[in-house]
Amino acid sequence: MSTLTDPPKTAFRLSMLINDTRYRSLTFQALAFLALALSFVYLGNNLVENLRTAGLNINFGFLGDTAGYDISQRLVEYGNQDSHSRAALVGLLNTVLVAFLACITATVFGVIAGVLRLSNNWLVSKLMAFYVEIFRNIPVLIWIIIIFTVMTAVMPAPRAYRGDNATASMLLDAVAFTNRGVYIPMPFFENGLMPGQTLNWLVVLVVAVGSWFAARKINVWATAKQEESGVRPKTLPMVLGVWLVPFVIMMLIMGLAWEYPALKGFNFQGGIKIGGPLIALWFALSIYTGAFIAENVRAGIQAVSKGQTEAAAALGLRPGKVMNLVVLPQALRIIIPPLISQYLNITKNSSLAIAVGYADITATLGGITLNQTGRAIECVLLLMAFYLTASLLISAVMNVYNASVKLKER
Amino acid sequence: MTDQSTNSVAFVADGNIPQSPPPARETGAIKWVRANLFSSWMNGILTVAALLIIYKLLSDALPWIWNGVWTTSSLSECREVLQGKTGACFSVLSERWNQLLFGFKYPTDQYWRPTLAFVLLFVAAAPVLFFDLPRKLLAFTALYPFLAFWLIWGGTILAPIVALLGVAAAAYVFQTYGKASFAIGFFGAIAAAFAVWIIGGKLIPDGASDNALLQAVPSRDLGGFMLNMMLGVTCVSLSVPLGIALALGRQSNMPLIKWICVIFIEFVRGVPLITLLFVASVMLSYFFPPDSTVDLFLRVVIMITMFSAAYIAEVIRGGLAALPKGQYEAADSLGLDYAQAMRLIILPQALKISIPGIVNVAVGLFKDTTLVSVISMFDLVGMIRGPILASTEWSGVYWELLGAAAVLFFIVCYGISQYSQWLERRLATDHR
Amino acid sequence: MKKSVFFGAMTVAGLAAGAAAAATLDDVKSRGKLNCGVSTGLTGFSAPDANGEWQGFDVAVCRAVAAAVLGDASAVEFVPTTGKTRFTALASGEIDMLARNTTWTFSRDVDLKFDFVGVNYYDGQGFMVPKELGVTSAKELDGATVCIQTGTTTELNLADFFRVNNISYEPVPIETNAEAQQQYLAGSCDVYTTDASGLAATRATFDAPDAHVLLPEIISKEPLGPLVRHGDNGWGDVVRWTMNALVAAEELGITSANLAEMAAGTNNPEINRLLGSEGTLGEMLGLDADFGAKAIAAGGNYGEVFAKNIGEDTPIGLARGLNALWTEGGLQYAPPFR
Repeated sequence: MSTLTDPPKTAFRLSMLINDTRYRSLTFQALAFLALALSFVYLGNNLVENLRTAGLNINFGFLGDTAGYDISQRLVEYGNQDSHSRAALVGLLNTVLVAFLACITATVFGVIAGVLRLSNNWLVSKLMAFYVEIFRNIPVLIWIIIIFTVMTAVMPAPRAYRGDNATASMLLDAVAFTNRGVYIPMPFFENGLMPGQTLNWLVVLVVAVGSWFAARKINVWATAKQEESGVRPKTLPMVLGVWLVPFVIMMLIMGLAWEYPALKGFNFQGGIKIGGPLIALWFALSIYTGAFIAENVRAGIQAVSKGQTEAAAALGLRPGKVMNLVVLPQALRIIIPPLISQYLNITKNSSLAIAVGYADITATLGGITLNQTGRAIECVLLLMAFYLTASLLISAVMNVYNASVKLKER
Repeated sequence: MTDQSTNSVAFVADGNIPQSPPPARETGAIKWVRANLFSSWMNGILTVAALLIIYKLLSDALPWIWNGVWTTSSLSECREVLQGKTGACFSVLSERWNQLLFGFKYPTDQYWRPTLAFVLLFVAAAPVLFFDLPRKLLAFTALYPFLAFWLIWGGTILAPIVALLGVAAAAYVFQTYGKASFAIGFFGAIAAAFAVWIIGGKLIPDGASDNALLQAVPSRDLGGFMLNMMLGVTCVSLSVPLGIALALGRQSNMPLIKWICVIFIEFVRGVPLITLLFVASVMLSYFFPPDSTVDLFLRVVIMITMFSAAYIAEVIRGGLAALPKGQYEAADSLGLDYAQAMRLIILPQALKISIPGIVNVAVGLFKDTTLVSVISMFDLVGMIRGPILASTEWSGVYWELLGAAAVLFFIVCYGISQYSQWLERRLATDHR
Repeated sequence: MKKSVFFGAMTVAGLAAGAAAAATLDDVKSRGKLNCGVSTGLTGFSAPDANGEWQGFDVAVCRAVAAAVLGDASAVEFVPTTGKTRFTALASGEIDMLARNTTWTFSRDVDLKFDFVGVNYYDGQGFMVPKELGVTSAKELDGATVCIQTGTTTELNLADFFRVNNISYEPVPIETNAEAQQQYLAGSCDVYTTDASGLAATRATFDAPDAHVLLPEIISKEPLGPLVRHGDNGWGDVVRWTMNALVAAEELGITSANLAEMAAGTNNPEINRLLGSEGTLGEMLGLDADFGAKAIAAGGNYGEVFAKNIGEDTPIGLARGLNALWTEGGLQYAPPFR
């Protein structure tokens, strides 16, 4: 009888490669590998052949050559005698800058719009629904172009500030809104430690960190006191003191002064300039992505069961506190995963900077450098490598955060 | 006492008081306004702010639209008509409307062809979108790609017929052999299709397109909103099957296949579409055989399809993950093999869950087709930024053109998202 | 010559077209069409008109070559290219020649392996400013915001000019002419810079062209000309001598009006050789004997093409300047046809 239950010991037949589940997966994988390898060989062969006929080669040496063009928006020192790789670095940092800024403001817009859309104010919720629908259903490229055009057409040109009957005037004599960008005063220290300002800012940072620690200490102390006696001592004056006193003293010693922007020649000089293309791209990306985030926020809040809100109300919490202490923390778990992909989208959509003349990495490395050197393959490969790395980094960081706020189920 | 009693009873009600209307503040419009607009301090402020915003938007936009000029032939003429008043020069739309829709190269007397293809698209899409329609209509859906191809590109009718025969042969082979073994049927079908295509392609005479019924239009001459629609429809419909394959591959327990799919999906999702389009426009031609070139339209379709397939794969993976494990086990216990289990049990449910997500990807993809304007294709945005704004007559008409583009996209995308919401309600079987 | 990429059906439908690296001339002839790369829209040089027909100075070169090779000036497939895509399109064989205001530079010729077959327009980079700024020289532009139309060698020249003169500026690189123009008109840049011809073309479309001036400085040499792939000298010769034929025609007084009369034979042997009634010049190129006559018939001689597309009577209103014939103090000079 035992022979019946034994698996049949037949010799290996070729048809078993397809029909027998033990071998089938191996067959498929072998086939897939073969197909993959063949297509790589084929494509690589074509590439080599094509490059040979055209007399070209793949060579990243051009990155060391002088770039020869200028970039006005830059976070690191750069001049037209620097290399293409330096220009690419400038572009890379600009991409990071605009993506970072846009992520923050898009979140703010999105949360406000998402919460207001659930408001019981009919007009406001309809207005927010209108905002969400209109931005979600029109391509971001069109929005970027529209916002850039609106900005340059509506804001005054610097020359409007000139003369006795100027048509525009500076806000508080300190901030100038022009269609080339916004100029704000720049703080600096008159009798700081060194001629350069970097060290002074380091001091400011150290003091700020110190104050933060002190403020935290006070908070911990207050909580301990509250648990002991049931009454929370007033901490606000102390916290304010800890923050303000060292700050004011430091400012007095180092002599804080402001450099105001002033119209000189063609442009405002002095102060900090936030360039027009940066503002346009930043605003366009934030308001566009904000509409998507608003939908995520709304869905997240609606997913928190009504019992939670009612329970919180029964405890006597006010509506604001219900939102802050009960609903949002729970909604956040649902909101965060789609939020991560929106952040990724912002980073990727920032490549549309070329439409507004913002010098991000697509505009420097994938734009002017590619135009000037004609090294298309190399530039596009580098560009893809950068975005890939950035995306993977963002998702990695966000996944860590996501794991930390995840509901700890026991 | 009687006096007293009569006097003491000053009033005796001899019936019910007629019902008085509720106080004005508790009814009708006023109550609604109080409850919905001014229920609290904060709400009042918000309402006033919202009203201000609406007023500001309308007071700027309405006169501009109302004074719009529709009939001039150039911007300077339009400015003369307006005489300094605020007003839009919509005449650019009326004059260049056909260019905005079809691009500037499509033969003027052939505009009926893409229009007809567009109308038929609704007929073909209807049975896919609305399940209540008779299933027989699906036959037309299957024919539609070939018909649309012939209508839009024109040329010899033999080309789409050969393509159709290839697909038919594949379907036949799959029907015949697929029952015995899915793998044999599947690969046999692919081989059959290619055999028909290659043989058929050789059989079509070289000059077949010259005197064809419909004048042949090279794909470079396509443009305008038509190009956006074509890219959107083609790439979405191609990427759904590819996306399903990628999602199944990513779930597969064959490590090699799994890793190929994972790397592909993560790579494509990690780079912006615009770099993929750069690849299509400046790199891809180096990867084709030396003595041939592939049309830019086809290259762009390849890249966009890859792009959306990766996103759709992730959506479907979500759908697959949402199915209870019991469904997989039940399929196994019925003795179904992998292909059968997927086709009969898993995918129908997983796809149903994924439909809203797929529609979202489709809307996003349709919007992203505007990016082809960056690589010198004249889609709607490309037409506006290129030929129309570069022409002597219309250089400087930004608002009207961009506004029109925005409205066109809004209509299509809003329509699709409304459909998706309807579908979601329709498919929500678990609440019934 | 045709090779199907995916399957025959698509080849027939025109989705996949063949192109060989070896002999472009044979390819063009067997295809019956010339694939010519042009820019995506620059009024006067290459832009589609209201009927969708490509018009312009660069377009005329394509048409002349098509007429010379195929005998039909309309047998051209215009392929719009951007600054990014143009070189790949040419190198990969997607287009047979590129006539897209491309500056002839050393690195493009040598490093990128292209052959510039001549110069059809001698240009230079200039500046346009609003008159009300009161600027009379580019050296007064210290601190100005400059809108640049990216593309040819514009950014590099600009950087060099400001560096040499030791003054500063803020560049705003813009992809398309239309957007750069909008920025400039809104006052978001003080100066607009690109090739002087492009500036003139742009100014022509303004509401009030007189309110803007072109500064006298021309800061670069921009010899713009058609180019072909390196290594296919036969094809390069065809394009080169077609262009030369147009210039020589102007020199010899052949116009589209008197072409038929001259083609019948004259007592000037050079005219006869050019128009094919004498000698075997066409045959040497692998073309018909009357290739020169056909090229001239396509749009007239060099002077006529110039006058029709960008000359002083057009809205663009460019003077001949450097592009006058050498006999009139310009640089246009055709080597002898013999």
